[in-house]
Amino acid sequence: MKFEYKVQGGNFSKAGYASSDLKKILKQLNVNPAIIKRVVVALYEAEVNIVAHAYNGTITIDIDDKQVRIVLEDQGPGIPSIEQAMQKGFSTASPHVREMGFGAGMGLPNIKKNADVMNITSKVNVGTTVEIINYI
Amino acid sequence: MLINEIASNINAQIHCIEGNENIDITKAFTSDLMSDVLTIEDSDVVLITGLANIQTIRTADMADIRCIILGRNKHPSSEMLELAEDIGITVLVCPLTLFHISGILYNKGINPILIK
Ligand SMILES: Nc1ncnc2c1ncn2[C@@H]1O[C@H](COP(=O)(O)OP(=O)(O)OP(=O)(O)O)[C@@H](O)[C@H]1O
Ligand SMILES: [Mg+2]
Repeated sequence: MKFEYKVQGGNFSKAGYASSDLKKILKQLNVNPAIIKRVVVALYEAEVNIVAHAYNGTITIDIDDKQVRIVLEDQGPGIPSIEQAMQKGFSTASPHVREMGFGAGMGLPNIKKNADVMNITSKVNVGTTVEIINYI
Repeated sequence: MLINEIASNINAQIHCIEGNENIDITKAFTSDLMSDVLTIEDSDVVLITGLANIQTIRTADMADIRCIILGRNKHPSSEMLELAEDIGITVLVCPLTLFHISGILYNKGINPILIK
C-alpha cells in the first residue's frame, strides 16, 4: 500500500494529519499497538519539523507485510550540520513554533529512538529528506 | 482512577467522555512542552497542560494519551473539541493551576511517569 500527503510549512493547524491517518491505517491492519506508537511518534516529529522549519513537503508512506517505510522530502532551508541537529536540545525554532509547544530540540533524537532505521540527508537552501523505517 | 473521579476531585468540566468512561488512569504528566509529551512511553497517562491548541490534541493522540486536563480555565476551541471527539480523547477544563491539579492528583495516588 502506498500513501502520499502534502505538508505546508507554517500551517500548525494541519500538522499531524498524516500521522493521525497512518495511525488509523495501522490499527486497521492490526499492527501491534506498541509498534504503531513508535511509527506515528516518529512520523509526527518529522511532520512537525516540516511545518516548523521548512516551506513545504511531501510524505510518502509504503506499507507491506514486513515494514512501514516513510520518506519526508521538503523544500526549505536545509540543515547545515546534521550532527549538531541530532543533539538533544539543539533547536533553531522561532518564537511562534515555541508558542505552539515545540522547539525543545527533542524531535530528531526522538525519531532516532522510535525508528528501526532513520536516514537524514539535507542540502542548505534546498531541502531535507528524512527516511524512517519500522519493521512490523 | 476513573476520569469522572478525576474531574470531581479537581472540579473540572468534562468534554468528550464517551467511550473513555472505564479507563483507569494511573499516572500523570504535567507539561506545556509537546516535545516532551512525545517522549512518554507509559500508558494510562493523563496530560495536565496549559497549552490549549490543536497540537495538544494531536500530540496526545500520537502519545496514546486518552485524557487531557486544561488548567487555569484554558478553554478548548470548537476545532479542538471536534478533533478530540473524533479520535476519542477526553478533555477536562479546570479552573485550578497546573501545580494545584498535580498536587491534588498526586495526593489521591496518581503516580509520576517513569523517567528513563
Ligand atoms: N525539515 C527541516 N528543515 C530544516 N531544518 C530542520 C528540519 N528538521 C530539523 N531541522 C533543524 O534541526 C533542529 C533540531 O530539530 P529537532 O526536531 O530535534 O528539534 P526542534 O524541531 O527544534 O524542536 P522539537 O522537535 O523538540 O519540537 C531544528 O531546530 C532545525 O534547526
Ligand atoms: Mg522537531
